[in-house]
Amino acid sequence: MAETILSLVGLMISASLVNNVVLSQFLGLCPFLGVSKKTDTALGMGAACIFVITMASLVCSIIYKFILAPLDISYLKTIVFILVIAMLVQFVEMILKKFVVSLYQALGVYLPLITTNCAVLGVALNNVTDGYSILQSVVCGFATAVGFTIAIVILAGLREKMEYNDIPAPFKGMPLVLLTSGLMAIAFTGFSALK
Amino acid sequence: MEAKKGALGFKQNTPAERFFNGLVVENPTLVLMIGMCPTLAVTSSAINGIGMGLATTFVLALSNAVISALRKTIPSTVRIPSFIVVIASFVTLVELLMKAYVPALNAALGVYIPLIVVNCIIFGRAEAYASKNGIVPAFFDGIGMGIGFTCAITCIGLVREFIGGGTAFDVQILGEGTVVPGAVGQFLSQYQPVSIFIQQAGAFFVLAFLIAIMNKIKMNMAAKGKDTSKFGQGCCSSAEEAAADKIMADKEAGKEAKG
Repeated sequence: MAETILSLVGLMISASLVNNVVLSQFLGLCPFLGVSKKTDTALGMGAACIFVITMASLVCSIIYKFILAPLDISYLKTIVFILVIAMLVQFVEMILKKFVVSLYQALGVYLPLITTNCAVLGVALNNVTDGYSILQSVVCGFATAVGFTIAIVILAGLREKMEYNDIPAPFKGMPLVLLTSGLMAIAFTGFSALK
Repeated sequence: MEAKKGALGFKQNTPAERFFNGLVVENPTLVLMIGMCPTLAVTSSAINGIGMGLATTFVLALSNAVISALRKTIPSTVRIPSFIVVIASFVTLVELLMKAYVPALNAALGVYIPLIVVNCIIFGRAEAYASKNGIVPAFFDGIGMGIGFTCAITCIGLVREFIGGGTAFDVQILGEGTVVPGAVGQFLSQYQPVSIFIQQAGAFFVLAFLIAIMNKIKMNMAAKGKDTSKFGQGCCSSAEEAAADKIMADKEAGKEAKG
């Protein structure tokens, strides 16, 4: 039992920091670059991602384990997963709107944006490729989303600080954000010693 | 009535016009700046760039053709899920073909091949062009866009590979073990590869400088009074940025109303 918990903790650290979803795997770059202007919105986006990616990892690995793998049609996983994720996002939005109004007010606006986040599909596919069990998939999905939140909140904090800096005109906007992300990526390679 | 002139003076919506439009005038990576995730992720070498680019071209051309053929059958309310199914089918096809014939490349590109499904270039072209035009122009639109994408990411891959490892298309040119003979080769072998360029951070840096150069070109064009409306704002995230701005504006408006 203790060994299982230890291996899950190791998985969490690896998924959230060492193989950070944005800075080392380049998944979910669009929201990372787009929604990182303010720390508030970055936190909201991160929270919505944690919610959706964890749910999607659970549902996709259940579908893979009990439907696709036994029927030997695992080559259909890309089609099935993308449709499941698109439906899941809509479904979560409706459920939250009806039953958990406070959570909907906090996260609702970010949910439609998540369908375009390739991190959700990327994590679901990686879970299958790495042969994770359902529990491991959920833990990995959760940790990956936490890693995304850490990265986007740090970037938003840095961008708020840099907003009024005097920089060369062609570097204003996206290039500066990309350079900052590059420096963050270097900083995050330091975590590889944790492996 | 005279036919409207399209890209580079070709007649509009002919195969050639569509091809050059995608390759030059509306190059998805360099001009429109969409589909940035694979651009950053798979450009650690030129060969990976070509592989990813050709796989995307294949999906783009065929999904454009099929979506164009079905454009009158698909009701507009369910068009987005239908497009996703068509695109995902072709992506699965490419994935299986690559696994069978180029397993090494497939292993190098890994999860980014199935992730072509969520590449905004493909969805963007389906929505903006294929769902409104005939099969032949839509097919060539896909080919042009795809080749434009391939060229751009191959170039980025080449720059990163050359600076970061001293190789070009996996041939050692700079640094130890160079293929160049004689005194020149001895001089070139002194080069110390800047390995950060093939790591993740290098991708961000190269793309940052690329966009900065595009911005400079755009500014120069604007200063000369040319039309720059076609240039993208930098990354598919611009739509998300607009949405995020709206969220903040709404929140502030809400606060004011309460106060």
